[in-house]
Amino acid sequence: MTRIQLVHLAHARSGDKGDTANVGVIAYDAAHYELLREQLTPARVAEHFGPMLQGGVERFELPNLGALNFLLHGALDGGGTMSLMNDAQGKVFSTAMLRMELDVSEEVAELVRGRGRVPEGWAPEADQAP
Amino acid sequence: MRMIRVASGQGFWGDDLEAPVRQVEGGPIDYLMLDYLAEVTMSILQKQRARDPGAGYARDFVPLMERIFPACIERGIRVVTNAGGVHPVGCAEALVRVGREAGVGGRARVGLVRGDDLMDRLDHLLDEGHSLSNMETGAPLSEVRERVQSANAYIGAVPIVEALRRGADVVVTGRSTDTALTYAPLLHELGWGPDDFDRIAAGVVAGHINECGAQCTGGNCMIDWWTIPDLATVGFPIVEMFEDGSFVVTKHPGSGGRVTRASVTEQIVYEMGDPRAYITPDVVADFTTIHLEDLGDDRVRVHGVKGARPTPFLKVSIAYAAGWKAVGTLTYTWPDAAAKARAGARILRQRLDRLDLRYGELRTELVGWDSTHGPLVGEPPADLPEVELRIGVRSDDRGSVERFTREIAPLVLTGPPSVTGFAGGRPRVQEIMAYWPALIERKAVEPHLTVEVLEV
Repeated sequence: MTRIQLVHLAHARSGDKGDTANVGVIAYDAAHYELLREQLTPARVAEHFGPMLQGGVERFELPNLGALNFLLHGALDGGGTMSLMNDAQGKVFSTAMLRMELDVSEEVAELVRGRGRVPEGWAPEADQAP
Repeated sequence: MRMIRVASGQGFWGDDLEAPVRQVEGGPIDYLMLDYLAEVTMSILQKQRARDPGAGYARDFVPLMERIFPACIERGIRVVTNAGGVHPVGCAEALVRVGREAGVGGRARVGLVRGDDLMDRLDHLLDEGHSLSNMETGAPLSEVRERVQSANAYIGAVPIVEALRRGADVVVTGRSTDTALTYAPLLHELGWGPDDFDRIAAGVVAGHINECGAQCTGGNCMIDWWTIPDLATVGFPIVEMFEDGSFVVTKHPGSGGRVTRASVTEQIVYEMGDPRAYITPDVVADFTTIHLEDLGDDRVRVHGVKGARPTPFLKVSIAYAAGWKAVGTLTYTWPDAAAKARAGARILRQRLDRLDLRYGELRTELVGWDSTHGPLVGEPPADLPEVELRIGVRSDDRGSVERFTREIAPLVLTGPPSVTGFAGGRPRVQEIMAYWPALIERKAVEPHLTVEVLEV
């Protein structure tokens, strides 16, 4: 077994509902959904975010979509216009989630190496550069 | 099988102004839906109306319609929007005026939906026993009644369908749900009944996918983002809905962006609560029943959606004044950028403490290091090239926030060295409009909904 970051196994999107941030985590490969379901427990997610959350973590399963939806309560410093946070609407809690580390077999680690990250040496093409 | 195309043209107030034009010009569509409202938008509009009685709606909408009104009428494209905000009458009247200027006088009708605004009836509703308790905290609205700025019920498809049935080419509403702007035309066109819960739920899923514009067609999409083509002219989504409640999400041929199973899934999970119960005024949709099929060529098929009878309640969006805030920034540079920024923040705190000011919160973040991932990133390296110190305060005392905004600039000459980035002047004091979500019985709202049809 080895440890890899969730960013190689899943993509994610987050948003807000009041003082709660939601993070939807979607397996790149449906075959890895079960692995995510086993390891991304509400308890482990709560431990990952630690003092960033004033409330608890709820989890919902969407097996058809290969996705898990997390509600992170008390994540947004009051939420909406109350919040003093740069990320007051929880738009990038998704990427904070993708920092989590999971235990996977060497085989899976090799399969997903580099996934979710810009390929080495990549740069915007000349016509795309600012 | 009959099919209706509903195109999304705006995902929020402030979205790409050219997108609705591209939707009208880029290929066949039957309806164009324009969503302008978010949780905080109603309170912003209410503040604007307090200063100017003619304001209170999404002003971008009127000049947009001036551009696309003739094409919409000629091609039979009908527009459904919640641009009316807290002043749908003003919005509809402005629309009639620009319609005439744009040359569609005598050829167009504007539907106006009213009755979602509860502000004038608020005390009466409280007296009648509607507590409008906060859905998150349970606190009764009476705790903040004096500070309430706006109160609107989220309304569904019924009045929009009525306006379309009466021949409206453009339907203007106040706080319609974002999803109803997409599924109301489907109810109208495809002959679905009010008890066709599975098909209406499919319409809700279509509406949820449509409501954030390009967020399902490659915008803000994580998967292989560096390979997504031509986001400069990103195609906004188009839902092709069939009578049986199955639909395809796509975009105009030749437009930028990408529609795949992954891009659609990202949007489906956006701002999601319990996926088994996505509650709307017309149905409770079960998002765990969604099946997706990637057809290739920027087409994703959605089917299998199940829904259930709606609840006896409507959600109410209430905004109330909750004090003041301000945020200031300064940039510190290498060497030891983060150490300098933190020292600067400490000096500022000491000064504010001595001035005996009152703050509910004083928050310090380092943009470029921990402002989004917080303690997950650990301690910053001493060789960080630069960092932006971002300090915010919140208080129920406006004077304390005002004074804070005058304490940022002095740090440049009286604090740690190598600091810059103060060209923008003093931070602005902002009044906080807090969000108070509540429920109300349908019977307190629905009899008050009205539909008028205005001739252009």
